Amino acid sequence: MSYYFAIIGTQDNPLFEYEFGTSKQGGDGIARFPEQARHMNQFIVHSSLDIVEEVQWGGGQMYLKCIDRFYNNYVSCFITGGNVKFFLLHAPSQPAVANTTRASTSIAANPTSPQTEEAIKQFFAEVYENWVKTIMNPFYQVNMEVKSPVFRGRVAAAGKKYL
Amino acid sequence: MASQPAKQTLAGNASQSQRTSQPGLRYPSNGKTIYHRPLNRSRTQELSQASFAYLFGEMVSYAQKRVTGIQDLEKRLNVQGHPIGLKLLDLLLYREPPRTQTRPLNIIALLQFITTILWRHLFSRPADALEKSSNPDTPDEYMISDNDPLVNQYISVPKEMNQLNCAAFVAGIVEGVCDGAGFPARVTAHSVGKGEEGELWPGKTVFLLKFQQEVVEREAFLPKS
Repeated sequence: MSYYFAIIGTQDNPLFEYEFGTSKQGGDGIARFPEQARHMNQFIVHSSLDIVEEVQWGGGQMYLKCIDRFYNNYVSCFITGGNVKFFLLHAPSQPAVANTTRASTSIAANPTSPQTEEAIKQFFAEVYENWVKTIMNPFYQVNMEVKSPVFRGRVAAAGKKYL
Repeated sequence: MASQPAKQTLAGNASQSQRTSQPGLRYPSNGKTIYHRPLNRSRTQELSQASFAYLFGEMVSYAQKRVTGIQDLEKRLNVQGHPIGLKLLDLLLYREPPRTQTRPLNIIALLQFITTILWRHLFSRPADALEKSSNPDTPDEYMISDNDPLVNQYISVPKEMNQLNCAAFVAGIVEGVCDGAGFPARVTAHSVGKGEEGELWPGKTVFLLKFQQEVVEREAFLPKS
């Protein structure tokens, strides 16, 4: 239900971070990470950097699907032509009512289903388009932090639309 | 009770998404930022050669005033082309149709990307030749040759500086593409046209790409596709 999105540059430095929650099926778009575990998101994403570097030379596609799993957190990755990596950490929340037996098929609850992968792929494609626009800025040097509020708004809109 | 977590932005100042609270940020008068411009708009657009030649001539003389040697001049042009290469790599990959949208994984794929897609984007024609060095001491050198580089068309080089080739700018673009794709290299431009009478391509230029040692090792290590 909660997503943590990060863009990591070529020197393993974070360029952009954003937390949000699902807006589908009545979600309100606000991330609900448990307070004591919020800082762990960065560590989990950082540890999946090694896996990305291993996988990226195996195939040429830009969208690597779910590459890592840490307890309940799933990490998907998209790597751009310039070796900048987009990470999406997906933490499905615990079901609120324990006695329901009907499994949820929503995107938020099933991180590895094909619909989820498709939705995440579309999300990454939209962020990639905005990312290419960001780097085309002549004043943007490689590995610079992205501070533009317009970019942040665009990522938020993409998250609301697809996830 | 779930309280809304404060967004820990890297910038430090939380963006309020209101223009008035961003003292340093200014929007253009029609409200359109660079994010509103479509990326495919310039796909078939062409730039006038005169304006490019004017700008490039100015770049060369700007560099010439500040350096004392030919090597430094070529290095300055190279440095000016490098960030362009980085941007073009992602832009051209974005514009590819999704079926062929793959990152180059080995040197040959990268060179094919450069000689066809990049060259066609910059000069409306593919590069003329791509060769691998046959010298056993330097197996990591590749040569891209261009019979008539566009950038040199209006640059006249005096006789005492005839080692200078202003296509170092294009070499910088190629070097940016290689570095961005994960194949660090050094790219230099060499003129091989001798300027004799009756020669077909007097301005023929060869771009020498020398990949670094780790690239060659990785090439040998990865399975051949």
